[in-house]
Amino acid sequence: MTVTLSHYLILAAILFSISIAGIVINRKNIIILLMSIELMLLSVNLNFIAFSHYLDDLAGQVFVFFILTVAAAEAAIGLAILVVLFRNKRSINVEDIKELKW
Amino acid sequence: MIETVIFYIFAVATVISACAVVTVKNPVHAALFLVLTFFTSAVIWMSLEAEFLAISLVLVYVGAVMVLFIFVVMMLDINVARLREGFVRYLPLGLAVAAIMLLLMLSVVTSDVFVLDVGSEPLPKPADYSNTKALGAVLYTEYVFAFEIAAVILLVAIIAAISLTMRKRTQAKYQAPSDQIKVRKSDRLRIVKMPSVEEE
Repeated sequence: MTVTLSHYLILAAILFSISIAGIVINRKNIIILLMSIELMLLSVNLNFIAFSHYLDDLAGQVFVFFILTVAAAEAAIGLAILVVLFRNKRSINVEDIKELKW
Repeated sequence: MIETVIFYIFAVATVISACAVVTVKNPVHAALFLVLTFFTSAVIWMSLEAEFLAISLVLVYVGAVMVLFIFVVMMLDINVARLREGFVRYLPLGLAVAAIMLLLMLSVVTSDVFVLDVGSEPLPKPADYSNTKALGAVLYTEYVFAFEIAAVILLVAIIAAISLTMRKRTQAKYQAPSDQIKVRKSDRLRIVKMPSVEEE
């Protein structure tokens, strides 16, 4: 019994579903939301690398490289916004951020 | 055979730690479980012969992004109890959404579309094959413009993060070295000429 492409795709699908569930059940906590987004990106990267390996094409790995770059930038800016938010409102609860709610 | 065992061990560890990330109470523990998830994923990437990306996942994510996360979590004074309310209420909804998505994705993934032909499994690379070298060869030729755009994105992220979090402190007392150096004698010293008065 060997590991096939489907094994990796199923693992990535499970990871993605876990992070979807995490976004829904932790919708008050921005920090956990950001972590769930990182998990999603990780599962997508796993798909890219699995296809890159099984199709013997390096383009997938190059794409993962760029996703890692963008994810790092996103995490840095997201956390900076979080710090500014906490400085202004003394809270990071999603419920307290409702100025733009109509 | 050994690859299969390694895959299953680390796949199970990844899934368990990912579940822990979204369910534990303490955000610091969640961040640490996320670190574990990244480590086990890096092992799986390594088994897929993506050595450069596996190492950069550990370096970039565990070394930089997760440290940033833990730093921010510890810096903010968070009321965990308030952030947890609604957890039980949204649990069934979250599980339902996740289960439906998982079923849909599994029905696609396990269909015949993604099954490779027998015999087209990739052969193991020779021992002198360097994944980093091969990746660099395409990254700096075919994808060089994308690479430079990625560099610009990182620059924008640096500037954005700094300009968002920097603030002018108006009450703080601080030294202004340039003003101190530029000061002249005439700014500080006033010579008053007055006629001397004789005492009687």
